[in-house]
Amino acid sequence: MNRKQTYQWVGSRPIRPDGIDKVTGKAEFAADFSLPGMLHGVILRSPVAHARILRIDTALATALPGVKAIITAADMPVIPEQDAVVNQQPPDFRELSDNLMARDKVLYEGHAVAAVAATSRELALQAAQLIQVEYEVLPHVIDVRLAMEPDAPLLNEQLITKGIDPAPEYPSNIASRHEQVLGDVTAGFAEAEIILEREFTTQPVHQGYIEPHACTARINVDGEAQIWCSSQGHYMVRAYCARLLRMDISRIRVTPLEIGGGFGGKTTVYLEPIALLLAAKTGKPVTMKMSRQEVFTSTGPASGSYIAMKIGARKDGSIIAAEAILCYQAGAYPGSPVKLGCMTAFAPYRIPNVRMIGYDVLVNRPKSAAYRAPGAPMAAFAAESLIDLLAQELQLDPVALRLLNAAEEGTQAPYGPRFKQIGYRQTLEAALQHPHYSAPLAANQGRGIASGFWFNIGGQSSAAIHLNEDGTAILVTGNPDIGGSRASMAIMAAEVLGMDYRDISPVIADTSSGAYSDLTGGSRVTFAVGLAVITAAEDVIQQLKARAALLWDVPETQISWESGSFHTELQGKPQRMSIADIAAKSAQTGGPVSGKATINAQGAGPGFGTHLCDVEVDPETGQVKILRYTAIQDVGKAIHPAYVEGQLQGGAAQGIGWALNEEYLYDESGKLLNPGFLDYRMPVASDLPAIDTVLVEVPNPAHPFGVRGVGEVPIIAPLAAVANAVARATGVRLTDLPLSPPRILAAIEAAKRSG
Amino acid sequence: MKHHISVLINEQKHELLCNSAETLLDMLRNQLRLTGSKEGCASGDCGACSVLLDKRLVCACLVLAAETDGKQVETIEGMAGADKLHPLQQKFLEHAALQCGICTPGILIAAKALLARNPNPTATEVRYWLAGNLCRCTGYDKIIQAVLEAAAEMASVQEQA
Repeated sequence: MNRKQTYQWVGSRPIRPDGIDKVTGKAEFAADFSLPGMLHGVILRSPVAHARILRIDTALATALPGVKAIITAADMPVIPEQDAVVNQQPPDFRELSDNLMARDKVLYEGHAVAAVAATSRELALQAAQLIQVEYEVLPHVIDVRLAMEPDAPLLNEQLITKGIDPAPEYPSNIASRHEQVLGDVTAGFAEAEIILEREFTTQPVHQGYIEPHACTARINVDGEAQIWCSSQGHYMVRAYCARLLRMDISRIRVTPLEIGGGFGGKTTVYLEPIALLLAAKTGKPVTMKMSRQEVFTSTGPASGSYIAMKIGARKDGSIIAAEAILCYQAGAYPGSPVKLGCMTAFAPYRIPNVRMIGYDVLVNRPKSAAYRAPGAPMAAFAAESLIDLLAQELQLDPVALRLLNAAEEGTQAPYGPRFKQIGYRQTLEAALQHPHYSAPLAANQGRGIASGFWFNIGGQSSAAIHLNEDGTAILVTGNPDIGGSRASMAIMAAEVLGMDYRDISPVIADTSSGAYSDLTGGSRVTFAVGLAVITAAEDVIQQLKARAALLWDVPETQISWESGSFHTELQGKPQRMSIADIAAKSAQTGGPVSGKATINAQGAGPGFGTHLCDVEVDPETGQVKILRYTAIQDVGKAIHPAYVEGQLQGGAAQGIGWALNEEYLYDESGKLLNPGFLDYRMPVASDLPAIDTVLVEVPNPAHPFGVRGVGEVPIIAPLAAVANAVARATGVRLTDLPLSPPRILAAIEAAKRSG
Repeated sequence: MKHHISVLINEQKHELLCNSAETLLDMLRNQLRLTGSKEGCASGDCGACSVLLDKRLVCACLVLAAETDGKQVETIEGMAGADKLHPLQQKFLEHAALQCGICTPGILIAAKALLARNPNPTATEVRYWLAGNLCRCTGYDKIIQAVLEAAAEMASVQEQA
């Protein structure tokens, strides 16, 4: 298909197909679903950060009238070692099983130890309190550097660090070591005329979706199971439940309900297998929902980090060497995204010598989960802070310095491959031209600039388009719509089919009604599922052409497809048939028309963004006010620009929260002190200014419309953009997040004393 | 102990029995299946359960069902007319002021309460009024735009009338 310059639907802003349901309260989210006669399940969670479970006594709870079942880890199937990991891909299902229901030890406050099903939620909560658990409390460790000390309390006494040759003799909390090398950093630093080195820390942050996890499950006596839940992928829920409960995938049907935010945090399961077990034990449907406190203590978060980083440059500003050690908190089980931090930190730049070492470290906190561009924001915070510092030291414009070093087509990324067509440079040029960049700044105000890179992914995707008898269409895909993807799918189908967007009804099929599709994640849906939609639409056109050939009794080669209809000539007279004309006659030509595509999409175009942030810092209180914010990003091609802008704005807001406010506070015993929205402070409307966006469109050659994923890039730059703005407003460079008022005030005071 | 209450919900009278500890939110969601009001926190911090109680904006999770005896409640389900959306709902759609949509019912109700008090708010006033409603998806920008445009449209309709 040739890429056209003008489109009928692509790039327009129609109302989303599910819009009315969502503004009238009709849309059914996870906790809105119910079944007659369902029981209510709740989970009893560990009150301590680290302990051996000596005994669980459920007698009192079982005796409570209305309690129908209680389960503990003893009810969870044992997963043999050979089935722990599938295709060498995470998760490790034995670890996941242990995280869902602690076996021998609890590893964090909030770790599940038992579950109860009862006739009401109140009764189930009451019963859970009657379960007596005897713990042998163990020393715990929360901080990533303390957890790496040789005498640190061990979460897993058998854990031998992977990625070190020869393997260490003794166990530690370091689950793995990752090393990535490009060029020769020693030589690079030897050649450098200026070397800058700093240590950075970032705190774990929660994805903060407003919808707590919830699900309803039932299972028949013959083992046929059904689950209704919200997630970032119902095929994932099906597969994970099957693996964890040793069931056949074919016996589980998962129906996706609307998802109230995920941001990566709903790419795994917490409740679904437990609800299924309780349903199996009681023979009744079981519904479960988390409280907000449970969401904070037991799900997510993104890893906290410690990063030591060094860059070397020539006096003209060209960066010639970069080196870092990144230590990421995995939480209670291995699996932080530290490798992705290593890969992404310097990806926007053409640096010949880069060496990154990453450590994945266990701590007594909930198992970390994916959060929008997992691993990248903290690494970019370090790298982009150092680059800003380099600009200050060399008295160079920070955008000009980035332009001097910007990766472009052909540049080898620090993690290996060479970039194809990319638009990083264009985002920097757009920043220079934006009025924000020349807006005047007053006293105590500063402007920060930072960039971010994300791979974006493709993956297995499916789509089917069924034509109705009136020529309208049903578009079936298998990916939950978190932020308007029904609209972008319908736009792409309408564009290819030459149909009215409103004549296409997108449906998100359950696992028994549509073909498999990978998760909604990795910024892949508009690109990869979009490719499947386009391919399915092209399949429809091919089939329709064959039908037209039958109806006209001419060879297909004499039929052309243009502006949404088929054309030929009969006895010298031009003839035209629309999709509706052919659909109406489908009985004469072989039955209903239905196109499909099942693909493994390749060629996701990487995304780059550059953010501008102006702040004012109150020198009396240390309070930061964001005055102006502009997010610029190469989006390839915006299918529905309003929702693309929304991705940039939402990611920026989350990144601002990460930079300024959000953190987990623990007491000395390892208990979370702020498991609620009042004390875990996410940005509210009055914290933020208008967030301007610039959509740069450098097309991705692997997509017919040029689409690149857009969802993850926008959260990468804000941490450093805000910190760089604060550094320039105050003259003090802070390297520990969040930039809370007391921390800023202390830094300002310290600088005054020393300076 | 059960309490017998009589409450007007979206202009429809309901006679209900509720437990002492039952919140208005639980009553709406569990007894009446009006699930448009969402539970995001159950502590009054997120605003996803915003409803109007005798025209006053409240978090339904912080009100006891028994307290609503003799009162009027308006929820998201009562916002649209039979054949027409409320201007706020329409502008939210036109501006893509929602992504996942879980906070949307609460924000619409809160915005309606604002426009009843202040039909011509500034962007800053909208931001402060909606500071009790968390949205994690949008960064609020398009929400503010949609509220301002709805206000302008409602004012112009008022003028014409």
